Amino acid sequence: MAGTLRALRRRIRSTKSTKKIFSAQELIAGARIVRAQARVEASKPYAREITRVLSALASSASLDHPLLTERDNPKRAAVLVITSDRGFAGSYNVNVLRRTEELLALLRQEGKEPVLYVVGRKGETYYSFRNRDTAATFTGFSEQPNYTDAQEVGGALIDVFTAGQDDEDGGAGADGVLGVDELHIVYTEFRSLLAQVPVAKRMAPLEVEEVDEFDYEREDRESGTTAGDSGIPTSYEFEPSAEGLLDALLPKYVTTRIYAAMLESAASESASRRRAMKSASDNAEELAKNLSRQANQARQAEITQEISEIVGGADALVSSGAND
Amino acid sequence: MATLQVELVAVERKIWSGEATSVIARTTEGELGVLPGHTPLLGQLADGGVVTIHTDSGEDLVVAAHGGFLSVTERGVSILAETAEISSEIDVPRAREALSRAEGEGDSPEAQAAARRAQSRLRAAGETV
Repeated sequence: MAGTLRALRRRIRSTKSTKKIFSAQELIAGARIVRAQARVEASKPYAREITRVLSALASSASLDHPLLTERDNPKRAAVLVITSDRGFAGSYNVNVLRRTEELLALLRQEGKEPVLYVVGRKGETYYSFRNRDTAATFTGFSEQPNYTDAQEVGGALIDVFTAGQDDEDGGAGADGVLGVDELHIVYTEFRSLLAQVPVAKRMAPLEVEEVDEFDYEREDRESGTTAGDSGIPTSYEFEPSAEGLLDALLPKYVTTRIYAAMLESAASESASRRRAMKSASDNAEELAKNLSRQANQARQAEITQEISEIVGGADALVSSGAND
Repeated sequence: MATLQVELVAVERKIWSGEATSVIARTTEGELGVLPGHTPLLGQLADGGVVTIHTDSGEDLVVAAHGGFLSVTERGVSILAETAEISSEIDVPRAREALSRAEGEGDSPEAQAAARRAQSRLRAAGETV
């Protein structure tokens, strides 16, 4: 009896201390979401401006840039997967990786060979455990990505994409580097604190996403100008040439999109982690409650038994004394 | 008097926005001044360049902008930069140190880019390079 009581008390103690870890993690993740959301917001003006500049450029220049043109007979496709560095984030990584598998299956069906680029330690271990080749992995910044991290990833992807331009059937082209013909990205979109959705998008050959019309109108109201003047396409002067600008802008645009994806993923990661840690600490509390009920019962049973033993012993003494 | 609506945005945050009387920047083609009513223009800023904004209140805002673009429309001017720092935020000794470190690293593209960044920071802070 005393043995079970001791074991129960030990389990209560350990459950309570793990609960402390969970709720600390929950608080940290909660604080991180706020920061990550603020960073997503802070990066939006730039994304909006660069999209606007690019749309203006697209309407004036002939769009003949390797990053924009579809290649005949694409053979290889790079897939960038954004996962987290640490676990304890519920189904976050599983969802991204499952979405990636779907995309890979689709690409194979279309006759393209996928090439994996992985961000985050969790994705790295997932593929290395399954002995699957990754072209490159980037780790150490999943929770707080910087623009320089996005530049590193984006640079690698754009290089391999440019190298794929002259690839012939089954072999590397004139530059001797086996490149890719398409770039895809899989990341987690942060819809709200409760909903994070893994999405797969094609980055290159790219379609310039038009700036939201609604955004334009709201901005016009804010800046006090009439909504009419945004509709007129303006003819721009270019310094240097339109083509030169496009060359400089497009890689930056790709990098900006990768950066935005990383920021969204970071916010999603923290949100998933907070949710996972919240249910973990709730469960731990529930478990501790049940265990202490059991412990109390065991303690009560022990006391009852002791009393009945004492009473029985005293009775025996009394009856043996009466016989004397 | 007419003014320009100026937006200065870096990748990680919006740095400054407000009314200005003129903007002076250097594109890859050369020095450029923008007054209200300027023709719409898109330009690539020269690396290591400095952008000067004469604000509405008569102050001069000097910014070290790196890897950026300038877009002029009827509404005003937007300056997009990968990194941008306002002169008052620049730590001169640190920029000097970064410059000498970058120069010591030889001719690799990264070192040269770092050197240009440091130079533009120093220029924006009013130092001679």
